[in-house]
Amino acid sequence: MYDLIVIGAGPAGLSAALTAYEKGLKKILVVERDKEMGGILNQCIHNGFGLHLFKEELTGPEFAGKFIEKIKETNIEIMLDTMVLKLDENKNIYILNTKGYQKLSAKAIILAMGCRERTRGAIATPGDRGAGVYTAGAAQRYMNMDGYSVGNKVVILGSGDIGLIMARRMTLEGAKVLACVEINPYSAGLRRNIKQCLEDFNIPLYLSHTITDIKCTNNRVSKVIVSKVDEAYNTIKDSEIEIECDTVLLSIGLIPENELSKEANITIDQRTKGPVVYENMETSVEGIFCCGNVVQVHDLADNVALEAKKAALAACKYVLNERTFEREIKVEVNKPISYTVPQKIHLPIDEKLIDISFRTNKILGKCVIKVVNSSGEVICKYPREYVIPAELEKINIPVSLIKDEKNNITIFIEED
Amino acid sequence: MIELICIGCPKGCKLLVDENNDHSVTGHSCQIGVEYGRNEVLNPTRVLTTIVKIENGIHNCLPVKSSKPLPKNKLIEASRFLKDIVVKSPVKTNQVIVKNILDTGIDIIATRDM
Ligand SMILES: Cc1cc2nc3c(=O)[nH]c(=O)nc-3n(C[C@H](O)[C@H](O)[C@H](O)COP(=O)(O)OP(=O)(O)OC[C@H]3O[C@@H](n4cnc5c(N)ncnc54)[C@H](O)[C@@H]3O)c2cc1C
Ligand code: SF4
Repeated sequence: MYDLIVIGAGPAGLSAALTAYEKGLKKILVVERDKEMGGILNQCIHNGFGLHLFKEELTGPEFAGKFIEKIKETNIEIMLDTMVLKLDENKNIYILNTKGYQKLSAKAIILAMGCRERTRGAIATPGDRGAGVYTAGAAQRYMNMDGYSVGNKVVILGSGDIGLIMARRMTLEGAKVLACVEINPYSAGLRRNIKQCLEDFNIPLYLSHTITDIKCTNNRVSKVIVSKVDEAYNTIKDSEIEIECDTVLLSIGLIPENELSKEANITIDQRTKGPVVYENMETSVEGIFCCGNVVQVHDLADNVALEAKKAALAACKYVLNERTFEREIKVEVNKPISYTVPQKIHLPIDEKLIDISFRTNKILGKCVIKVVNSSGEVICKYPREYVIPAELEKINIPVSLIKDEKNNITIFIEED
Repeated sequence: MIELICIGCPKGCKLLVDENNDHSVTGHSCQIGVEYGRNEVLNPTRVLTTIVKIENGIHNCLPVKSSKPLPKNKLIEASRFLKDIVVKSPVKTNQVIVKNILDTGIDIIATRDM
């Protein structure tokens, strides 16, 4: 019997395992299906990681390396090339590797499986089915780890950060990136990536546009038709632009990887596609915690590592029987906020502050975030210069302000 | 006034650089923004991150970066130069892969062990 099993050895899993180790848990196992630790960071060779956590700008592999080095100094058990096939509510996992099939049990489990990319099917792009259509992350892996390029004349659909990073990568490798096409009137990626990945190389960004047709010649992409869309995302007639290209990269979002969670009857939030969590990153099943991109899509690996610490501390308290709470309240939202993490809060707790993160579904200028209790009183306010969908917004609520709450708190956002 | 987005960190502050006033910078949230703003107008630079081929490694490619930011107009040339470089495993993080690339005085270093 393990004290703790962590599923996934990306930054979330590694940071969680290290924290639990530092807090004194003895038997810790990390299970990873890949042949090495590091998760998706191994293919993110660009820099921009670690500024918050390590106060220096690191590349993805360097950031992962910091955790891997520390892990190697501990007696945390790492199982590589091992797939977790199933998880159940009693905290048993069923694994498969070259030694065969095995059942392992733990007092607590931390889910850190990350996310996967949405594919062409997920948004049903019309057109021919030929070679040359890749998700941006798959292209990133081919290029940065396997060493071959996916094409020469590229159009990118979606302005997510991975797509933007790939626009720069492919340009530097000698490919011509002709356009980045985004259906929303705003970019899904960080502003710095628009600047340093598109504008630096004069790659046009078409906002409120989408690909309405993909044409193939000899089973390879040969051109795309790009059309303008209105506010309801309907294509506008006669707005078509033809772009000749041999490759389309899809950068249309990530989905938390929760097949295992669902089988263990963990409640999933349809908005985040990740587990419904409490302030301590516990799921609806006691003793099963989660962190990182399996919960919600994070912009920053730094925040993933911090969230993982929180999950690990809570798992330690659970294993060591140090829990204080007796009841729970809900966190509700109001438009244009799409969701919050956590969705629920345990009370009473020892912590002084509760971090709440959320995204909006539209751009707001100068605005105020308000937290309202179930009697309708505003209990705290947070002014912001702007709030944009591409950036995860964060507030922290002093626990003293909600300690007597019995039902729920609601987060509002109002433009000035 | 020149308007810029700081790329120093993901916050992406909107900077204003006053070219008529000694390139003074406003709109930053930290000192990195001041330096970035001035540099971006006077002498834009970027850290180059790319790969070189590796033999006997766990993967076919080794990720590398420039030890310091390179002049922006050298990025493509430097990438092209690195295409033909092949190294042999084992390599340690921070090991110099190419010294003084394109006579810039800047090295290309490994960003992981492999
Ligand atoms: C393709 C892609 C590219 C990205 N690029 C960037 C980027 O350029 N910049 C950026 O800031 N962020 C990027 N991100 C976001 C990045 O994922 C997060 O910042 C961070 O790495 C998430 O950490 P994590 O540990 O939650 O997930 P991951 O790093 O994805 O780690 C999850 C790990 O769990 C393992 N796993 C999953 N299921 C199982 C199972 N059943 N059994 C065993 N192991 C399992 C996976 O193999 C993986 O190693 C990218 C994400 C994706 C999907
Ligand atoms: S000024 Fe500082 S905080 Fe703002 S984007 Fe630049 S580095 Fe980040």
